[in-house]
This record gives sequence, structure tokens and C-alpha cells, in this order.
Amino acid sequence: MNFDFSDDQKVLRDQAKKFLSQQSSSARVRRILESDVPYDAELWRGMAENGWQGTAVPEQYGGAGFGHLELCVIAEELGRSLAPTPFSSSVYLATEALVLAGSDAQKKAWLPKLAMGEGIGCFALAEGPTAPSPKTIKTRVKDGTITGTKVPVADGDVADVAVVAARTADGAGDDALSLFLVDLAGPGVTRTVVKTVDPTRSHARLDFDGAPAEPLGAAGQGWPLVRALLDRAAVLVAFEQVGGAQGALDMAREYAMGRFAFGRPIASFQAIKHKLVDMYVATELARSNAYYAAWALSTGAAELPVAAAAARVSATEAFWLSAKENIQTHGGMGFTWEFDCHLYYRRAKLLALALGSARVWKHKLMDAIAEPRPTSRATHGGSE
Amino acid sequence: MDFSDTKDEAAFRAGARAWLAKNAEPKRGAFETWDSRYRDEKDALARAKDYQRRKAEAGFAGITWPKEYGGRGGTPIEQVIWAQEEGEYIAPRGYFEIGLGMIMPTLFAYATEEQKRRYPPKALRGDEIWCQLFSEPAAGSDLAGLRTRAVKDGTDWVVNGQKIWTSGAHRADYGVVVTRSDPNAPKHKGLTYFFLDMKSPGIEIRRIKQISGASNFNEVYFTDVRIPDSQRLGAVGTGWGVAITTLMNERLTSGETRGPDWDELFGVVKDLELEDGPALDNAAVREKLADWYVRRQGVRWTRFRTMTALSRGETPGPENSIGKLVLAAQAQDIAAYAMDLLDSAGAVSDPELAPLRGAFQDSVLSTPGSRIAAGTDEILKNIIAERVLGLPADVRVDKDQAFKDLPTGKR
Repeated sequence: MNFDFSDDQKVLRDQAKKFLSQQSSSARVRRILESDVPYDAELWRGMAENGWQGTAVPEQYGGAGFGHLELCVIAEELGRSLAPTPFSSSVYLATEALVLAGSDAQKKAWLPKLAMGEGIGCFALAEGPTAPSPKTIKTRVKDGTITGTKVPVADGDVADVAVVAARTADGAGDDALSLFLVDLAGPGVTRTVVKTVDPTRSHARLDFDGAPAEPLGAAGQGWPLVRALLDRAAVLVAFEQVGGAQGALDMAREYAMGRFAFGRPIASFQAIKHKLVDMYVATELARSNAYYAAWALSTGAAELPVAAAAARVSATEAFWLSAKENIQTHGGMGFTWEFDCHLYYRRAKLLALALGSARVWKHKLMDAIAEPRPTSRATHGGSE
Repeated sequence: MDFSDTKDEAAFRAGARAWLAKNAEPKRGAFETWDSRYRDEKDALARAKDYQRRKAEAGFAGITWPKEYGGRGGTPIEQVIWAQEEGEYIAPRGYFEIGLGMIMPTLFAYATEEQKRRYPPKALRGDEIWCQLFSEPAAGSDLAGLRTRAVKDGTDWVVNGQKIWTSGAHRADYGVVVTRSDPNAPKHKGLTYFFLDMKSPGIEIRRIKQISGASNFNEVYFTDVRIPDSQRLGAVGTGWGVAITTLMNERLTSGETRGPDWDELFGVVKDLELEDGPALDNAAVREKLADWYVRRQGVRWTRFRTMTALSRGETPGPENSIGKLVLAAQAQDIAAYAMDLLDSAGAVSDPELAPLRGAFQDSVLSTPGSRIAAGTDEILKNIIAERVLGLPADVRVDKDQAFKDLPTGKR
């Protein structure tokens, strides 16, 4: 039984934490929050120098060739530090999509750039206020060109390339969609920045009007690929959420220890202690669910859909609870622009919606549970 | 990350499986326990003792105990592996776990060598059953407020008072008791800890009928009960520290819920038609199931993290309390929700009519106790707050006053 990260992975986590405590300090996050600059380019370059963007990219395509466990420990620290970069769009989604479905030529064309942080990718799925599905997606590709509107697209304003889910057949069947690569610097693309609750992560509306679109993966395989991609990204985002939940909990704890009222630290009042314990319990349950999902992702286990959905739901709940109760622990000061509580609060809500809301993931979870798949025996009763 | 056993762990597991296949009784349904099968049988205790004796002789009782006191000299991870494997069968645990899990470790820490050779081996074989006499009517979460008096008389102590919530006192051969030996000292400092023969003159045991109708606990009255000073554990006035040793082991012992849980709820939902279609297609039902599943799995994987620490020879901390805190309250909510789904028929507890022979209805009446036993939700949160998060202890107005001067209220 070794349900933990390896010593090397823990060293990587410590290095990431140290790097980000300097390069993604709250002052640096606020520079993005309080300006029109979409992301911290200096931080992005620093991350590239560390090789983070290429962590799970095979060496033949310019990456480090590690597995996803290494990416998980980095994600946790990115979440804790609220790093204002397009990492999740470019690495968990665009890069993963290329690794999963790209042809050798597409991998050669894009992966080295993405792995080095010289290019940025994004994933364009949503089309307004309806959970995306083969029934609702209207953006269409015909004769190699794409037409339609995707909104919101995380980092769509800064990305060089978009992985786009679009309709290639009529109807609501799983085979009605296909994935495409669209060069966002090419013709027929209009990008408009859209404002969101978390200005430290930029979003855009992408209007395609006959833009050239290159198939990614087989025609009609778009929806199964989207599902696989979201499952994989959910695990990584869950680690960001766990990191964020821990960050908010640490902040609340520190404040409660130092803030005195009625002649004693407020951390000695049971009302506050129990609040912090609720945050801690939710965060630990989320961490444990995320560990299991990390195992499923890194081993390609058949349990991934269940594990990813459980991690996603658990982490969403933990970050939201931790972020909102961190504000309450701070009292009035927690409601000011000056204190960092709102940075966690904004990010918690943003990440709760990225990749789809908890409501949708709960239904995915129940779908996956109700349709049992063959399981890896190792998780259910030791070795043989 | 790797879920498989080490070579040694795999060998141990194989041995445990082989023994259990020959000696333990398979479950007839996923939810069956030793209690639910044998609780009402006349020979329930004799049957339990017989299993325990065979288990001890095979070296699977007292896995982490030293060999010289009848144990296996094994590792905590072997204990966990054993619990996993034995959990696949129905096995009697309730009779023995307080003695073996909590009291014997206290004896190992405080008893004389002669006592350690005398008592633990018999407890391990199930020959002698132990109970724990701690709580009192006026001392529960605030255990150090206990009032049962011990007065020295020659080489004996004379004990008077009342204990409550004593599991299994009616069938126990021995017990451990915390007493107040000095009411002039502050409350944590005037306590002394003993073990005693439960057949001692002056002990009267009364069963407590719980809201479920079952009687798992007792009140125990002490009237001039004489306990030899040689049965004192720890120095006079240090009983609080000894009691903490016992309670720290409680954390490792308890934590598994035994009533219907998520799987049983899912079992009901799978086959249930609601007014507008299958329950499993109902969005509200699905979202509730998902929430509870996620928390149950979170506890499960947290235990795997604890096992990993054990496997490496590290000591798991009080973060283990998370499991009981989360699952006890959840079991109550799950039972109540299962009843809701059955609409007005949910009130029916008749085992011939209700799903799982009325297990959910039973659970609604037993789970309030699960949220109290071995630390209330609130006490567990205090423990996590102070020992894991390092938050300050609450202000204690009774800390430095003589116990006899403390206000007592009406209850």
C-alpha cells in the first residue's frame, strides 16, 4: 500500500511552492486583477523555464515525459498561489487533447511550442448558458471551415490555437460532433474579451466566420473525446481546487490566531474552531478523492470516469466552502478589496464552473456508477 | 502510487484469508453482521468466545501486541489488513474490542509485569471480558468533572458513586474505573485510575433502554466497593493521564459505522419506482446520492492515506477522527432519506414489510448514539481544531479551582 506521491514528486511540489510563493505572490496576482493585462507573462516564462508546461508531454515532442502525477503536484501549488496564467487551458486541455487525439504531424506542429510555453492553447466548448452536449452545440464545420460562436472560452483572448468542438452532422447523437484545431491568428476569427467574476483569469468570446479548421481525431468522435478530455482535466483542476481550499483555510487560520476579540484570540472560540474544522474536513476529503483520481489518471484505470467526477464534486465543494468561510472568519475586513479573501472566493467560483458545474458532474458520476465497468482489482482488496 | 501490498503484507493477507475461509462465517448479505445474526440467540456469548479463542490461537488476535503477552508482535498495517479481510465475514467484535483495543494497551503502559502476564492473554482468548467505567451522569464530554469517590483505607480504596454508558458491563469480568481521589485539587489533578473485578461486592448493574429499544449500555452503581491498591494504574492523582491513554486508543478502535450506508441506499434506489418514474432517473435523488458517495469515498481514501502512513511505520494522527465525524452524521441522513423515498410506508419498521428488514428505520433510531459515542461531533471537532489545526484550547473557568468548589448546576 503506497497511496501517496513519491519522494521525487514531493520534492517537485516543494520546489513549485517555493517558486510560486515568490513569482505568484498576492502582489503579483493583484497586478493582473487590477489591470487589463490578461495574464502574468513573466510568471508564464518562469514556469516554462522550469519545464512545467511540458511536464506530461512525451520527450519526442519536446516535453519532459513525466506522468500525470507530476502534473498533479504542480496543479495543487498553482491553485494555492492563484497563479494568473493560462496553464489549465493550455496544458490540461489543449495539450492533452493533442496528446490524446492528434496526428503525428499535429503533435509535431504544436506540442513542442505548447510544451515550451512558446505557444498557448485553449479549449472552446461552451456556447452560452447551457451545459454543452451534442444536442446544444451549434457551431458547425463544413468543407474545412468553421462558423459559430463559442463563449466563454478561458484564455481565448491570448491563445494561439483553439481545440474546438463543432457539429459535423445533424441530430443529437454522440457522433454529431467532431474536434478541430483552429489557428486563432488566422482569417475568420474575431475575439472579444469577456468580463468574468475572476479577472485574474481571462476569458473571451470567439466568433468564427468561415475560419479554416483542421480535424483533430476521427470525424464523429468529438463527444467521446470531449468527455475523455474533461475527465482528465477534472483531475488536474481538482488539485488546483484542493490547493486553493488549503490556501484559504491557511489564511483563515492565521487570521483567527492573530485576531483578538472579547479578550482572546477568536481561534479559541468554538464557533470559529468548528468552522475551520468544517473547512479542514472538506479539504481533506477532497484531497483524498483527488489522490484516487490521480491514481486512476496516471494508470489509465477503468475507474477514471467515477474517480474524476468524485474528485471534481468533492474539490468544488471544498474550495467553495473554504473560500466563503474564510471571508466570514475575517469579518468586515474579509469583505474589503484590500484583503486577499476575495481572490480565493473569485477563483473558487470560477473553477467551480470551468469544465462544467458540480450539478452536471454529479449526474456524470451517477451515470458512471449506474453503468458498472470492469474495475481494477487492486483497488478493491489488496493484491492477489 | 500503488495499491498493492508489499511482499510481506501479501503473505500476511494470504494467511489471513486462508484462516478466515476455514474458520469464519460468510455474510449472507452485504449488510449482515454477527450481531444481526446472533444477537437474540441464547448461546451468542459462548459462540463469540469460541471464535475469539480460535482466532487467538491462530495468532490473529492482538496482532500488534508483544509476543510475551500472547500477541503476534506484528505491525499496525497487518492489523489493518486483518480488519479488511475479517470484514468480509461476520465476526464478533463488540464483546472484545473495548478490552483489547483500549484497556489492554493501558495495562501495557501502566500495569506491573506480573499483571501484564496475567490479564491480557486471557482477554485475548475471550476468556475474560472487560468494560470501561468512565462517563458519569454529570461527566460526559467533560469527563474530568467525574465525581465517583475513592478513599484510601489501609491497602484498599473504597469507591462510591455512579457510572453510566458502560458498554457490556453486564457481561464483563473486569473493568477499569476513573475515580476522584482528591476533591480539593483542581479537577484534572485529583483523579486516580484502577482496574477491578466486576463481581466485587457493592457493584450493582442496571441496563439502560435506548431510544431504539435496545440495551447496549448500563448504569453501574458503586457502594463501598473495595479495590486493592495493587490494582491502581498510574500514580495517585494522575488518573487523567491514564484515562487519556485509554481514550487515544479508542480513536484507533472505533470509526467504522455498522448500519446501512450508501451502498444500501443505492440498493433501494435501484429498484424503486417513484411517482414519475425510476428513482435512479430522478435528478434530486441522483444529486443526493452523488453528494453522499463523494463523502463516503473521501473517507475511504483518507483511510488509505492512513494505511500508507502505517505501512511506512509512521503514526497516524488525530485526522483519523474525520471518518467517524463524517460517516456517523451521514448514516443518520441516509437512513432518514431512505425512509423519505418510501413515502408514508417509510414509517413501517416491520421486518416483514420494510426493505432490509427495517434496517433504515433501526438506523434512524440508533445513529443519534453513533454521533455521541466515542466523542460527540462537537468534541471531535474540538480535538481536530486543537491537535490538527493547532488552535488554542477554549478558556477554562474551572482549571485552577478546587473540584469541590466548582458550580454544578441541576444536571
